[in-house]
Amino acid sequence: MNIIRYILRRMVLSAFVVVGVTFLVFTVAQVVPSDPAALYAGPRPSAEQIAKARVELNLDAPLPTRFLTFASAMATGDFGVSYKSRRLILEDLKAYLPATLELAVFSTAIALLFGVPLGVMAAARQGRWFDRLASLSAIASVAMPTFFLAMLLQLIFSQWLGVMPLSGRTSREVGITDPVAQVTGFLLIDSLLAGRPAAFGNAMLHLILPALTLASYPAGVAMRLTRSAMIEILQRRHITAARALGLSQRRILFGHALPNAMGPALTVIGLSFAFALTGAVLVEIIFAWPGLGRYVSEAILAKDFPVIAAVTMVVTICYVVMNLIIDVAQALVDPRVALT
Amino acid sequence: MPLLEIRGLSITIPTPKGDVRAVRAVDLSVERGEIHGVIGESGSGKTITGTAMLGLLPQGTKVEAERFHFDGEDLRQSADRLRGNRIGLISQDPAAALNPVLRIWRQMDDVLRLHRKAPRAERWAEAVALLASIGLNDPEKVLRSYPHELSGGMLQRVVIAQALATGADFLIADEPTTALDVAVAMQVLELLRQLVATRGLTVLLITHDMDVIAEVCDRVTVLYHGRSLENGPAEQVLQRPEHPYTRALLAALPDAAPRGERLATVEGLFIDPETGALLQGDQP
Amino acid sequence: MRRVIYRLGWPGTIALLCVMGFICMALFAPWLAPYPAQGAGAPNVVAKLSPPSADYWFGTDHLGRDVLSRVIYATRISLSNGILIVGFSLLIGLPIGLAAGYFGGWVDEALMRVTDVFLAFPALLLAVLMAAAMGPGFLNSVIAVAVTWWPWYARLARAEGMVLRGQPYVEAARLAGVSHPRIILRHILPATGRPLTVQAALDVGPALLTAAALSFLGLGVLPPDADWGQMVDAGRKFFPARWWYSVAPGLTIFLVALSFSVLGDALRDRTKGPSRASA
Repeated sequence: MNIIRYILRRMVLSAFVVVGVTFLVFTVAQVVPSDPAALYAGPRPSAEQIAKARVELNLDAPLPTRFLTFASAMATGDFGVSYKSRRLILEDLKAYLPATLELAVFSTAIALLFGVPLGVMAAARQGRWFDRLASLSAIASVAMPTFFLAMLLQLIFSQWLGVMPLSGRTSREVGITDPVAQVTGFLLIDSLLAGRPAAFGNAMLHLILPALTLASYPAGVAMRLTRSAMIEILQRRHITAARALGLSQRRILFGHALPNAMGPALTVIGLSFAFALTGAVLVEIIFAWPGLGRYVSEAILAKDFPVIAAVTMVVTICYVVMNLIIDVAQALVDPRVALT
Repeated sequence: MPLLEIRGLSITIPTPKGDVRAVRAVDLSVERGEIHGVIGESGSGKTITGTAMLGLLPQGTKVEAERFHFDGEDLRQSADRLRGNRIGLISQDPAAALNPVLRIWRQMDDVLRLHRKAPRAERWAEAVALLASIGLNDPEKVLRSYPHELSGGMLQRVVIAQALATGADFLIADEPTTALDVAVAMQVLELLRQLVATRGLTVLLITHDMDVIAEVCDRVTVLYHGRSLENGPAEQVLQRPEHPYTRALLAALPDAAPRGERLATVEGLFIDPETGALLQGDQP
Repeated sequence: MRRVIYRLGWPGTIALLCVMGFICMALFAPWLAPYPAQGAGAPNVVAKLSPPSADYWFGTDHLGRDVLSRVIYATRISLSNGILIVGFSLLIGLPIGLAAGYFGGWVDEALMRVTDVFLAFPALLLAVLMAAAMGPGFLNSVIAVAVTWWPWYARLARAEGMVLRGQPYVEAARLAGVSHPRIILRHILPATGRPLTVQAALDVGPALLTAAALSFLGLGVLPPDADWGQMVDAGRKFFPARWWYSVAPGLTIFLVALSFSVLGDALRDRTKGPSRASA
């Protein structure tokens, strides 16, 4: 019962946040830039063209009206057209979002797979060399600038060792000559659906470096959060009690202490996902990954505000929904959360 | 031969500020089938002695003793094997002793699985039977609950059931009733006494509460500052204490003072930590 | 010195020295840089893109400028970037958080919901949106990052404000008829100021990291000024063949951020103390 009330409250709060986010994006994208009409009208516009653009963009309407128009457009997925390419933004998003999500999901998985067990093991060996080494790597991975790490990995694995592709989502042979039929937009899934293991392997190989880059920071955070949570938990009395019952060290670490540390681990999922979505802006440029990040970075250079606004909205809403799911999951994992 | 035999036990714990001698000279001898009380103020070393028997002291701790034997085996070597098989622990606060995010069933089953390779349904039935046998109504519901959904008395019974599920015949009960209110505490003590009678258990009951000793213990050992001062049958120690400290301790009980008079305290009574000699007066 | 080592441990002490070293680098750039003129931006085309050598330890860039000198000069911009971001964020976050915590009720509710909206964005994305809207430039990039940064301080300050509100001396001041702004200024701000300032000083590292990312996207300072992020981006055109151009500034960002994190950890461990072990 409590859990249901808790979920409802969270949902109302999230809805509220989405309205706030829409307002903020509207303000920044439509009010702050000096003259959207001039941008919309194209290069070296005449006064006439600008005037026409003002009408088309509805810029002369009062602000509240403009906000409502903007909000309802966002709600219906009508993101408008790109200033630059004049293409429908919604179509572009459909093409780019899966590529970014693929990267985000994959890097989140890597971050958790490395970060959480390392944190558990470091906590179990607190103060010894394993712990010191793991803690140092974690701190280094948090301090490493994403864009620089991306370049370093390229330098080492593509340039020097030559074991990984430099950039792109697939090789030319797969991408252009013989493309995989698009069903979901997720290349890994599509290539499997098409029954083409070679294309799958090729896509996987291209995914590794960008995903590793994006996983580095959240893996470090995951390790540190898990470690400190575990150290605290391992001192609780129920752990001593479990030891007294003769349970093995592994059972105690992973079966008894880790479930108590699920809170931080879940927090890391959200954080890692957010990081992947935004870090994509940096990483996708470097790895020439055809996703939202590269899309938005090109829009930034062209001052293409409808695109920037649309991507910000979509990504932020993904993030809000993700956080909502995590909050609910947290309440399910630890039933006491919902009571507070 | 006593089941538990400790002679000249001394425990030194290393801390960042230097070594701490938490236990100096403890003798303790527990016979099969008795409830043996260990009484002392906080800091007297009673809990650490119990933890040492389980082999759960922090790494680097030095445990020295002339004899530190359980059923003929040296606990310094075999505590890891005996713990969870023959020696069980019932700790102070049952709410803290159970994992708050796991259902009772998971926590019972962890123990059952360790000892018997039986299908899940059988283990479930066994858990139900076990909980019912120690007086929990509706054991199925208890198994499906999280710890925060149960009362302190119920939780303490669950903890006892866990210890029984390991097949332990020797329970270390460390202040098992301190966190419970009086009526529930009495029920738990009664349960312990029943278990001793019906299952042939032996219980080492660590407490600071004379009433608990009087209620259930057969024999008592008095601890002070890491030393055992006196031991004997509970009645004898309670009624004709030999050691002045025990006398002072008894005099400090609220019931001991006639109405209207101030309570006695154990102040002004010291024991030299090195020699164990009794000192009186004001020196620290 | 010995006391510092005792308090921070070896890693913390080394990190502290590094941070102090970088501050010195920023202050004394003209004296430390081997080629001050090039550091400030003067081209030297004859030595275009030469690899690291005895003359140019970190090689030269596409205009032949000594990368080491450029990196040293860029310390000024990158460090002040980080410091200003944190400063601006405190300036916004502290009053909002304190007001929310101190007054409670609907003030708290309203302010915190606004804070929530800012926190709902993945941080870098909001900064990118802001910076894109305001255009590139040093101050604009500072503001853009600060907009995503202040909510954290607001939350911290709120928690402190809530605790302090209940303190007897604050109650006493209120009963004595001292006005709210005066109580906040006199009693609450000094008490929250210190822990928050320490936290903020340590955040200079991560703030600088975010600012570097903006610069890398072309939303930071404009040439001929340079900060580390922008240098990495400029070197990308010649990467990986002329790797040194990007690697030197990239490693520098990493080192600074690492120093701040290690120092932060050392301080945190210190304040928590060894008491946990006895639980």
